[in-house]
Amino acid sequence: MPRALTLTAGLVALALLLAFPLVFTLPYPRDVMIRIFLYAMLATAWNVLAGYCGQISLGHAVFFGTGAYTSTVLVKTLGLTPWAGMLAGAALAVALSQVIGYPVFRLRGHYFAIATIAVGEIVQTLMINWDWVGGARGLFIPIDRTGSLLAFQFRDKQVYYYIALGILLLALWVTWRIERSRTGYYFRAIREDQDAAASLGVPVARYKQRAMAVSAALTALGGTFYAQYILFIDPESVLPLSLSILVCLIAVLGGVGTLWGPLIGAAILVPLGEATRIYLGGTGKAIDLLIYGFLIMVISVIQPGGIMALAQRGRRRTG
Amino acid sequence: MTAEVLLQGIVSGLLMGFVYALIAAGLSLIFGLMEIVNFAHGELLMLAMFSTYWAWALWRLDPVVSLPLTAAALFLLGFVTYHGLIRWVLGAPMLAQIFATFGLAIFLRSAAQAVWGVDFHLVKDPLVQGRISLGGLFIGLPQMVASVGALLAFVFLNWFISRTETGLALQATAQDRQAASLMGINTERMFALGWGIGAACVGVAGSLLTIFFYVFPYVGASFALLAYVTVALGGFGNVPGTLVAGVVVGLIEVLGGLLIAPALKYVVVFLLYLLVVLWRPQGLFGRY
Repeated sequence: MPRALTLTAGLVALALLLAFPLVFTLPYPRDVMIRIFLYAMLATAWNVLAGYCGQISLGHAVFFGTGAYTSTVLVKTLGLTPWAGMLAGAALAVALSQVIGYPVFRLRGHYFAIATIAVGEIVQTLMINWDWVGGARGLFIPIDRTGSLLAFQFRDKQVYYYIALGILLLALWVTWRIERSRTGYYFRAIREDQDAAASLGVPVARYKQRAMAVSAALTALGGTFYAQYILFIDPESVLPLSLSILVCLIAVLGGVGTLWGPLIGAAILVPLGEATRIYLGGTGKAIDLLIYGFLIMVISVIQPGGIMALAQRGRRRTG
Repeated sequence: MTAEVLLQGIVSGLLMGFVYALIAAGLSLIFGLMEIVNFAHGELLMLAMFSTYWAWALWRLDPVVSLPLTAAALFLLGFVTYHGLIRWVLGAPMLAQIFATFGLAIFLRSAAQAVWGVDFHLVKDPLVQGRISLGGLFIGLPQMVASVGALLAFVFLNWFISRTETGLALQATAQDRQAASLMGINTERMFALGWGIGAACVGVAGSLLTIFFYVFPYVGASFALLAYVTVALGGFGNVPGTLVAGVVVGLIEVLGGLLIAPALKYVVVFLLYLLVVLWRPQGLFGRY
């Protein structure tokens, strides 16, 4: 596609997204869109580490939880605005990611994936047992209905909608910048062959840590947003293994290592999850999950490269 | 804390360790053959436990009696899983392989919930019950039987893969797929057999666990997590190594619970695992 056309298409899409809450004024469609943005953003963040740098983390819920807990604890104890808490959460997630990265980056492939699961389980169990942050009961975010932007709480989903969209665009922009920078080439070199990259002078360990830092910081932003949107967090909702899995599943469905893959994955999987839940959930029989599990198997068998691979193959054929 | 309590803990940790080792052995065998981590391993265990439970509930077959049936059923299930799913993702990227088995895990778990509900079930009045006292130590007979049974199954598995012709063919396939097929080994059949045996190990472990453990659709999750750590600790693909790793995990779990806090016992296990891989990334006995 010529550059001008791409730009126009992008601007039109953005204008449509900006206009969406003005047309759809009911809370439900807005809520679905907000969830799409949030999960797309989390999958985009995961994609920086796993898709570009090739380090398949199955413990990203740790950073999501870090964002959610940091801002919430700061609001409750110091009365700090969640916006500052968001930055603090991201900073803490970066610090944590470097501490976690030091041991786990010595591992490769499946060993790395399992170690990240272990880290996730450790953090979740610790939080369940840490009473000062609510333990297993979780934390309520103090209600603040002043409507001030600083309070990061709104009656109207419209504001949340624009904030979620903004965070998603930030994550996409960061990925886009990385993709075309020297760092991005280093990441991909590490993904393709870590030993070959090292032999060519790529500082492998440092760049893995860098990918982890970016990924963790963005994920933590999503965590704070979630806390302020739902106004309740507990280890079961912000730190479970199933969240880590869902995030990578979205990226895998859309296409890992591509800029738009995570967004496409979220745009398909989130509404699908909503639909199966509405029509088949609520019976206590988990039929929705049954179908979900079956679909995951089918996708990994027939389209292991995700939807972006399909699109790229089509483009190659026509062009 | 007295020395008696500590000793008691060590014994029960040791007993559980053999069961963990047997669960992990199946996982390790499958990984050694085709470098795929079976993330549905816990769900296979769950199905084995349900099959044992229903054998008791419907036909009054004791877990010890129905054990061969469950093992056979799980062997078949592993075989079917290979042909129905795994075969199709052998050449796919690692992520697709991870999600194939993750999808299977969610599918099996929800299927169990849809069919049997979320209630906890327990085999009442099993053949093996009560406890024995050994010089002041009390050992539950069910745990004892499970542990010895798991150890026997482990020894048999080890004998099979290191002494029989089929076992050697399995090992050859694990070492070099192409060379093995040049030697006339049907590697496709070895893969399917590996899944069958791996699942049968879980079948035996599930039967033995059901003597004293409750059954519900999500029971596999915590056992599976321990199994992954056990396999990584012992070294992926190293079946004898998982025996030592299983015992280590069993002991750490109990001692961590006793010395630190029962709620944090898994934290201790996972932390120890991270410490070990920091020192030996390939696990205790693995080749990298």
